[in-house]
Amino acid sequence: MLNKSSAGFKFGFQILAIVAALIFTTVVMLLAKAPPLEAYKLIFTGSVGSIGKISDVIVAWIPLLLATSGLLLTFAAGLWNIGIEGQITLGAIFTTWALRLLQDTSMSPTLIILIGFLAGILGGMIWASLTGLLKIYGGVNEIFGGLGLNFVATALTIWLIFGPWKRPGVGSMSGTVPFDNLLWLPQVEGLRMSWWSLGIGLIGIAIVYLILQGTYFGLRLKAVGKNGRAAFVIGIPTGKYMMSAFFICGAFAGLAGATQVLAVYHRLIPAISSGYGFLGLMVAMLINYQALWAAPVALFFAALNIGSIQLPIVLKLDSTLSGVLQGALVLFVLMMDGVRRRLTAKKVK
Amino acid sequence: MDNNTLVGLAGILASAAPVVFAAIGETITERAGITNLSINGLILLTAMAGFATSVTTGSLLLGFLVGALIGAFVSLIVAFSSIALKQSQVAVGFVLALMCRDLSYFLGNPYMGLSGPRVPSLPIPVLADIPVVGVLFFRQDILVYSSYILIAVAYIFVFKTRPGLMLQGIGEQPATAYVRGANVNRLRYIYTIIGGALVGMAGPMYSLSVKVGWKGTITGLDGIGWIALAITIFGGWNPLRAAFGAYLFVLLQWLGLVLQPSLPNIPSQVLQVAPFPLMILTLLLVNIGNSEWVDRTLAGLPEEVRRFIAKVLRAMRTTPPAALGIPFENE
Repeated sequence: MLNKSSAGFKFGFQILAIVAALIFTTVVMLLAKAPPLEAYKLIFTGSVGSIGKISDVIVAWIPLLLATSGLLLTFAAGLWNIGIEGQITLGAIFTTWALRLLQDTSMSPTLIILIGFLAGILGGMIWASLTGLLKIYGGVNEIFGGLGLNFVATALTIWLIFGPWKRPGVGSMSGTVPFDNLLWLPQVEGLRMSWWSLGIGLIGIAIVYLILQGTYFGLRLKAVGKNGRAAFVIGIPTGKYMMSAFFICGAFAGLAGATQVLAVYHRLIPAISSGYGFLGLMVAMLINYQALWAAPVALFFAALNIGSIQLPIVLKLDSTLSGVLQGALVLFVLMMDGVRRRLTAKKVK
Repeated sequence: MDNNTLVGLAGILASAAPVVFAAIGETITERAGITNLSINGLILLTAMAGFATSVTTGSLLLGFLVGALIGAFVSLIVAFSSIALKQSQVAVGFVLALMCRDLSYFLGNPYMGLSGPRVPSLPIPVLADIPVVGVLFFRQDILVYSSYILIAVAYIFVFKTRPGLMLQGIGEQPATAYVRGANVNRLRYIYTIIGGALVGMAGPMYSLSVKVGWKGTITGLDGIGWIALAITIFGGWNPLRAAFGAYLFVLLQWLGLVLQPSLPNIPSQVLQVAPFPLMILTLLLVNIGNSEWVDRTLAGLPEEVRRFIAKVLRAMRTTPPAALGIPFENE
């Protein structure tokens, strides 16, 4: 007989949740009179069907992984950093700003790219610190401070694209003037991915894993998240720790934004964050905030996003189907976890 | 006041009606101790579903019914996950917010840009002919009148009736309410469902009256739910103050549109987000009085200044129901 608290029991419920999510998504497709099997097949071939597709998935994976990495720290501190979308956006804005200032100087392109990354990190940190200050000194819940700042960041982007940074002639939704090839992060021959950004993403999650698993700072951060009052009583300056979590998460978000500019779009576009901040929140919830699982699950989510691009082209379906599946996965995993805990608790009684 | 301004202001009352529904729905839910974070997606999903239903069946009533049912059902998921499954309300609500949004875009695809029915205007005889007031309040549609009634009913219910006191009790001190005979969790289910149904009405109010139709991502409704959540806090969990917040928000958006021609250098998208920084500012103002460092700083100021600032802060300050977001165990 299966032990109810065993890892196998837990795993079984997770499988059940995944099956439930697939059934739900299939029902949604049937409601829309769409052919489910064909749609799943399209998402699959659209994400791993060719080297080019796989490279596109990796391109989407990096910013998502960076966002998730940063969020693991704010989650560890018990914070809901919904403002991450704006932090990614500000990172992209600062990177674009740095590149625009330096592109016509005699500075070497490598140095400019490096400064671009640093500027992005700074932008993300500044935006995150606003949410942090509002939360810690103003008592404004980080969810609402962050949401408001997200909208402000989007407006700022649009103002820049149509105002001071508009293309010669008239501004357009397609963004600012693309940067010179020299200012692109070097790509793999014939593909869109870059070994450099892949390296940044993997080092990023490794750093977060180490902070959370192996440092005193990480341990105290988790204490703040688990029970802020108790942590404060035993002498941890909770405000400072929360602020640090915001700063580091902002740095990661800014890095994600910088990657979007330097390695993906090579200019500032209106939706520069591509929604990776919110998606990162979903990934973090799905993996129950365990850093070890961030990379593979983020990769899977990135694959769903890229694969679903084929849906409108071939089946005239909206590509938000990937969002439905991702949402259903997280929802059912959370709910099944609750069901499992209930069953386990009953047995203990 | 010239007629254009008057019509503009009447338009604000009309456009604010769905925000009033959403903010008061959320206020009732949060009063019971549950945070329903899903409402941004919920408004989009019910706007799409209400519109699709009315286009298909030709019945406006069915559109609103479907909206309310979806609102109630999605909110039930939040309550169930929180009460029975002990999951984080914020997590489940947030996932639902995103998923409902994506569902609305995916399922709404075939209904994009279709022309559909619209809730007719219904001037109230006699009252509509009163100068100024008539144009402002009584030449609206039934939804706007419902929003007036909802504000009054919700306020009276929460503060002046026995079940309303119980509602406050389960959000403030569930243990005491339990001892006094309230089935806390059952009441929380009921109020989450009622609140969700009200939020679910807000969607069709947009797609069948305020912004008729469904246009997918460019419908312009993404964000309203988050605003409604902020208004709930701004409103201090008081239906009257929440309604005031809703009107203020729509007024700001309207001013943005009106000012647009005189500020040609600023893209319209920028003015449309003007309410958001203001919303943060107001949240800051209503919350900052709760911070310890403010008390400490104030203590160092001259007596008169201190007393004045403290008074202003106290007047604006709001505090959430004490048990908001905390699961209740009846043991």
